[in-house]
Amino acid sequence: MIHPGPIFDLILMTTLITLAWLLLAGKDLFRAVVLFISFGLLTALAWVRLGAPDVALAEAAIGAGITGALLLVGLGKLGSAERCRRTVRPATALQRLTPAVLIAVIIPSVAVILLLELRQLKTISFGQQKLVLSLLDISGTDHPVTAVLLNFRAWDTLLEKGVLLLALTGIWSLDQAHPLFHQEPLSPVLKGLSQLYLPILIIVSGALLWQGSYAPGGAFQAGALLSAGILLAALGGRSLPSYWPGLPLRLLASCGLLVFLLVTALTLLTNELPLNYPQELAAVLILLIEIFATVAIAVILAAAVAGGHPAERHKHHSPSPEKKP
Amino acid sequence: MTELLTLLLLLASLPFFLAGTLGLLRFPDLYCRLHAVTKADNLGLGLVVMALLFQADSWRQIVHLLLTWLLVLVAGATVAHLIARKARDDGHQYWRR
Repeated sequence: MIHPGPIFDLILMTTLITLAWLLLAGKDLFRAVVLFISFGLLTALAWVRLGAPDVALAEAAIGAGITGALLLVGLGKLGSAERCRRTVRPATALQRLTPAVLIAVIIPSVAVILLLELRQLKTISFGQQKLVLSLLDISGTDHPVTAVLLNFRAWDTLLEKGVLLLALTGIWSLDQAHPLFHQEPLSPVLKGLSQLYLPILIIVSGALLWQGSYAPGGAFQAGALLSAGILLAALGGRSLPSYWPGLPLRLLASCGLLVFLLVTALTLLTNELPLNYPQELAAVLILLIEIFATVAIAVILAAAVAGGHPAERHKHHSPSPEKKP
Repeated sequence: MTELLTLLLLLASLPFFLAGTLGLLRFPDLYCRLHAVTKADNLGLGLVVMALLFQADSWRQIVHLLLTWLLVLVAGATVAHLIARKARDDGHQYWRR
């Protein structure tokens, strides 16, 4: 009997490439966004097949979920005229090439080059896995991916938090958030859904966060789920109390980076090596960083979907609608 | 025995997905197509979940599977409702023979 794995992989790969082509080639942007979301979900499936459930979780939650929401919201802000890609008149010789020529020439040549290169590569089947596993005891966590992300390469994760905050700063400096979800009369069904899902999403995101210490999961996945919860609550007609969008929101958005920086500073002062945790405190420090990172990621992602800085409270020149993150 | 049950339930789910896809492609208006797709989601997925229940190793997995189905049911129904509602408000015509 033939093993079904490779057949499934082949179908998955073909579908992914077809989807990628369709979403790039189509004129209708809405269609492209929907295709992008399905592309993200299938990419997550591909990560599962590659044995990387951590990346799969992140891809499904962030690549498909939050990015999809961002794109849809962005699309909603465009006028109907801008929703179609304009046909660009070919300017250079390269642009004049038809898709058929591209496929016939480029894909085979890329494939040949890749094959030639791949033949030179030595197969290192386990990468750094052995090294990481041998050091797992001192890392303060039982999951190798978390050990790498928050201990061995914590520096990268720290910078990642900074990038996220920077992205939000960029978004906030562009525009004031307009209320996104002011559907005429709110559907009671949607309200019910948000009431049912919000507690579940909070619990699951807490579970994912906790699970990060011994299995796939962690701050990014948990934060993405939590931000989905925030957005769902916003869709269900909830909004932040009026005193929230000022300092509290800013503190929540930056607490992930701040706590991480604090830990960096403390380790720098005590050990003279940044982010070199004392072994007995490693587990606590990692958990601390991850809890605040989850909150910050959730707030930042949800605020990014809202698409602008919160309305200022004291200016009454416009009947300022209540704003949620 | 459990293998056979899994197989039968999986086979039983196929017609629903097939019919749902066919309906999505061939039905005349948005409301009919929605109807077709939600059938595939609800019953097709339900049968797949039931098939997988027989392969579960622990109660945890069984609860996870059932919860997945339940959440997809609720979300699917809500989304179908929202799409149909928006379409009605936008004045999409109902299909008449």
